[in-house]
Amino acid sequence: MNSGTVHWTRKDLLGLRELSVEEINLVLETADAFKQVGTREVKKVPALQGKTLINLFIEPSTRTRTSFELAAKRLSADIVNISAAASSLTKGETLKDTARVLEANHADIIVLRHSSAGAPQFLASRIASSVINAGDGAHEHPTQGLLDLYTIREKKGTVAGLHVAIIGDILFSRVARSNIFALLKMGARVTLVGPSTLVPREFEQLGVAVSHNLEEVLPTVDVVNLLRIQHERQRKEYFPGLGEYIRLFGLTKARARLLRPDCLIMHPGPINRGVELDSELADGAQSVILDQVTNGLAVRMAVLYLCGGIATR
Amino acid sequence: MRTFIRNGRIIDPANGRDEVGDLLIVDGRIGEKSAINDQQSEIEEIDAAGLIVSPGLIDMHVHFREPGFGWKETIESGARAAAAGGFTTVVCMPNTSPVADSPSTIAWIKDRAAEVAAVHVLPTGAISKNLGGEELAPIGSLAQAGVVAITDDGRCIQNNELMRRAVEYARMVGVPVLDHCQDYDLVGHGVVHEGYWSTLLGLPGWPAAGEEAIVARNILLAELCDHRIHCQHISAAGSVRLLREARARGVKISGEVCPHHIALTDEAIQNFDTDCKMNPPLRTQRDIDALLEGIADGTLEILASDHAPHAKFEKEVEFDAAPFGIVGLETELGLFLDLLVHRHRRIALPRLIEMLTVNPAKLLGLKCGTLSLGAVADVTLIDPDLEWTVDAGAFQSASRNTPFHGWKLRGRAIRTIVAGKTVWQL
Amino acid sequence: MSKTRPTNESDAVRIFDAETMQRALRRIAHEIIERNRDLSALVLVGIPARGVELARRIATDIEAIEKVNVATGVIDVSMHRDDIGTRAALPVVKVSQLPLPLDRRTVVIVDDVLFTGRTCRAAMDAISSFGRPACIQLAALVDRGHRELPIRPDFVGKNLPTARAERVRVRLENIDHEPDGVWLLKPEKNE
Repeated sequence: MNSGTVHWTRKDLLGLRELSVEEINLVLETADAFKQVGTREVKKVPALQGKTLINLFIEPSTRTRTSFELAAKRLSADIVNISAAASSLTKGETLKDTARVLEANHADIIVLRHSSAGAPQFLASRIASSVINAGDGAHEHPTQGLLDLYTIREKKGTVAGLHVAIIGDILFSRVARSNIFALLKMGARVTLVGPSTLVPREFEQLGVAVSHNLEEVLPTVDVVNLLRIQHERQRKEYFPGLGEYIRLFGLTKARARLLRPDCLIMHPGPINRGVELDSELADGAQSVILDQVTNGLAVRMAVLYLCGGIATR
Repeated sequence: MRTFIRNGRIIDPANGRDEVGDLLIVDGRIGEKSAINDQQSEIEEIDAAGLIVSPGLIDMHVHFREPGFGWKETIESGARAAAAGGFTTVVCMPNTSPVADSPSTIAWIKDRAAEVAAVHVLPTGAISKNLGGEELAPIGSLAQAGVVAITDDGRCIQNNELMRRAVEYARMVGVPVLDHCQDYDLVGHGVVHEGYWSTLLGLPGWPAAGEEAIVARNILLAELCDHRIHCQHISAAGSVRLLREARARGVKISGEVCPHHIALTDEAIQNFDTDCKMNPPLRTQRDIDALLEGIADGTLEILASDHAPHAKFEKEVEFDAAPFGIVGLETELGLFLDLLVHRHRRIALPRLIEMLTVNPAKLLGLKCGTLSLGAVADVTLIDPDLEWTVDAGAFQSASRNTPFHGWKLRGRAIRTIVAGKTVWQL
Repeated sequence: MSKTRPTNESDAVRIFDAETMQRALRRIAHEIIERNRDLSALVLVGIPARGVELARRIATDIEAIEKVNVATGVIDVSMHRDDIGTRAALPVVKVSQLPLPLDRRTVVIVDDVLFTGRTCRAAMDAISSFGRPACIQLAALVDRGHRELPIRPDFVGKNLPTARAERVRVRLENIDHEPDGVWLLKPEKNE
């Protein structure tokens, strides 16, 4: 018996592919405790008092950065935000040098958002500070995967045995990959749905099903997780246009009638209302989109507590 | 000055020779055995018992970074690396700064090589001005300046019409065309083979079809123009199939294989190691099997390194941002011996030596690559069974970007002789 | 705090067995009743894991004596500790359970061993983040001394003089699946 201390040895959280089921469960259970902090009169605990966290966001993001910032503040860490525009990287400094400078400034935890897959691995292997991946290219977004898992577990009691559909632009999505890795580990069944150009067959090798027929999938699932269609960045060759996308893959009200009444509707945000998801459904009874946001804070507190507690020892 | 190499297994594929015997070098050329009795000049004896005595090896695909990028490699350091790898002749790609697209740059490279290089360094010229893929470089003048081939290596001419005119023009001036086969539209920003690992890691994929499409294009143009196009660093199974079919019909098309494309699969990228990032990328076991088959049946007749040095600081960046390529000269022979001859037993030693000597010499119209009487005495002594461990820290190259550090290999060059002079010895 | 380690039982001095522990807890129950007129305002808050079990037992005793239901709770102290990064292992954080609001409540913190007082301070901080109780008291099964903060228990099962390097080992049947008991352990040579 050793219930007093955690079995967590990672200074970094780089992805969910390398986490064990036990580690994922530990994060979720730790998040339970931190979720409660948000309900207290004083929404702040001193767990990371005196530690310095740097939000290094080489690619712009508001939600994830804000969530990490609030999480760090609730843990009493000092926090500095560095955005792409303000960083020396635009002046030609390498990521390695930037990180070493931050480390020399005694940064205990670096939360990195980067457009290149593998950038967090690159950093973590070169500095002693804790590195938390806040999204790297199309690779992983582990805290998003964990908060999605947390939300499903919270609403459904368990993840094992559930059937989850992830719908939309899978190819370029780090959210999809982190969700796939985590859901499969936790015993869920996953079906990816979207145009063949954005959901190539290669994904089947990861252990998931691939479908291009949304109507067929909807009645069979416990959760639909809709990904943002990044039409502002989409190279036009991937699908003919938004109108056709909505016609084939949008979760419209008519299609939502195919869902089981207790099926959860999730979205990592920001939503394109009326594109991947009907506006009323986004605010409807099945939607847990705002729970995802709230849970994101708890999950990120848990991750900062666990990794920060290891790294600063 | 005479050198007497005794009791080696002499393999000279150009002359169909494979026998244990002695080789005499007189004043930098392969000499008559009778000259051994000449009492006039000094003689150095080398006991080559148990060793292979091979014509000096030729690598027709290296990047020595001069002019312009001397911090990665100089002609001097590159030539030293070649010598240490058993190579007596190397062919340099034109993607220098300035690009080797003018006679003056070719003259500079040749002068520099004559001054500092331990081995023969032969330049190629660009096909298009500044490797821009839009206007032809002065191919005739480049040929007169002494390039052994033209190529836009590192880049690939996308305009089929321009490529056609280049091949026709090259035929007139008598130089072969070497091509890096990559369709830019299909490949996009791809950095790794498009398949399981690119899907898993979310890295932009470089589909095999991006190479195969250009190999097919080159076959059609070689046929149309009746002139040699050589497809560099073939990586994909489909390319081998296309080449096999075309060569059977007598099309003047050929392909080369680099060690990394048969030594590693794309699985090697899973930790985002930029020393496993090359162009074309590492592919699958199925592709490796096809390359081995192509080597065994003669479809792929040339072996080369695509020696591409980059400094540590350039490779020590995000995977997307890192330059493509690895150094290869000092691991090339060891890997080919180990993989092709020992491990997979796909070809015998004489065939390996043929692919590294007479085949590239023939393709480029070079006189070297043989131990014929009177030939310039470029000789490589190889211990085919010597077990050794790759130590990147001990490389002669100015760069260390290799995924093979720490690999245990069987077989390597132990002495390199250029024009009768030992330029490197283990 | 006690910790599970393989120990040489012959070096251990027994402080409590099941029976004496039960007696000590009952005495604490009596003292709590005596101190606190309004038992309905009382909440016994245990520090995980063994403090939670002790709080439950004391509440049962009070109920048996006074026939009143006493509220119990759990307070997680790990995220309020001041030694993250210096401890050998990271403590597991647990969900706290408190009857809210705390405003007119008397909170009795219950822990197994009172040592430096830092855990108690963390518990007080944690409780304060949920609200402002009328009063906080402290009950400990064993007070082994060596306080590093100005904290003193209101209710003690046993005052136990110890050397700093010695350890106190507590076992509770419901938690440890071993018979109830408290032992004093000599320092291990190789530490």
